[in-house]
Amino acid sequence: MTIETTTTGVLALILIMTLVTLATRFGGVFIMSYVRISPRIESFINTMASSVLIAIIVPMAFAGDAGALAALSVTAVAMLVLKKPLPAIAAGIFAAALVRYLGFAAS
Amino acid sequence: MKNSSYSYQFQPAKVRSELLRMLPISLFVVAFGAAFGLAAVQKGLGPLESLLMSTMVFAGASQFAAIDMWGSEVSVIPVMIVVFAINSRHLLMGASLYPMLKDVAPAKRYGLMLVLTDANWAVSAQEYQSGQRNLEVILGGGLVLWLGWIVGTWLGVYFGGLLQDPKSLGMDMVLGCFLLAMALGGKKNPRVLVAWVLAAAASLAAWKWLPANTHVVAGALAGGLVGFFWLEDKPVDGRVDESAGGESI
Repeated sequence: MTIETTTTGVLALILIMTLVTLATRFGGVFIMSYVRISPRIESFINTMASSVLIAIIVPMAFAGDAGALAALSVTAVAMLVLKKPLPAIAAGIFAAALVRYLGFAAS
Repeated sequence: MKNSSYSYQFQPAKVRSELLRMLPISLFVVAFGAAFGLAAVQKGLGPLESLLMSTMVFAGASQFAAIDMWGSEVSVIPVMIVVFAINSRHLLMGASLYPMLKDVAPAKRYGLMLVLTDANWAVSAQEYQSGQRNLEVILGGGLVLWLGWIVGTWLGVYFGGLLQDPKSLGMDMVLGCFLLAMALGGKKNPRVLVAWVLAAAASLAAWKWLPANTHVVAGALAGGLVGFFWLEDKPVDGRVDESAGGESI
C-alpha cells in the first residue's frame, strides 16, 4: 500500500507515524500495568534500563568514524575522572570536532 | 480507596529546575532539529508539514529514517515498520519507569509518556537506580526538549541553507556522549558490568546479523536477562560484607 504525498496524503502519513510512535511510548507502560512487579521483575527492569544505553552507544561507536570514537572515549574517560556529565559531554564533542578538523575522519 | 494509591507528588519547583537542567541539551537538540528541517524540505515536505511531523511524532531518528523513504509516493507498511523498530526502545524505557509511574494516575501517567525521549528518560532511570524518584525530569525535561526539537525544525525549514555541516562541529555525537555519561554516572557493580558486556555483545550481534534497527531492543533485553537471573542481594542496613571475598579476581 502506498500513499501519494499530496497534502492529505502527507497528513495521513504524519498521523500514522504519530500513532506508531505513541504505541511505543504507551505500550511498555500499558503492559507493565498488568505485570506484578516481583523482585525478579524489578531486577530485570533495572539492569535492562542501563543496558538500553549501552545497546545504543556500542553499535554507534562501531559504526562511527574516528570522530565518533574520539567523542565517546573522551566522554567516558572524562566522566570516570570528573564524575560531572556536562564537562564530560563538552569534552567529547570537542574531541569529535577536533579529530574531524584534523582530517582523520576524511571519507 | 483507589485514589489514595496514586501517591506520587509532583513538585512544580522541581519541574522548573529540571527544565533548566535539560536546557543545555535541548540547545543541541535545536541543532539536530535544524538538520531535520533542512532534510525534510529537501525531500519535498512543506514547511508546515515538517513542523507538524516534529510536533506530533517527536522522535528524531525515526523521522530522519521516514524522510529517507519519502518520494512522490510513500509505502505505508515499510515506513510503519521502520518507525516502530527505531522507536521500540520506548517500550522498554516506559516499562523501566513503571515502578514510579504506578504511583501516578493513569491520565497523567500517559500524559508524561507523550514527552518521553532518550535524554530525559536517561536522567530519570539513572536517578532511580540510586534511589531517587524523579518524574519531574520527564515532564520538565521533556517539554524543553520537545520545544527545542520544534524550534530547531522551524529554523532548519526556513534558514537551513545557512546551516554549517553540524557533523564538523561534533553535533551528531551530543546524544551519544550524553547517554554514555548517564550510563557511566550510574551504579556500577559486577552484576551491572556483566549485564553491560552482554548488552554490548548482543547489540553488536543484532546490528550485524539481525534486521536493521533491532539492536537496541536486542541488547537491552540481553542485559535485562542478567538482572532476571542474578538478583541483587538486598543490603538490609549498610553493606553486605560478603563483598570482601567476592568472586572477582
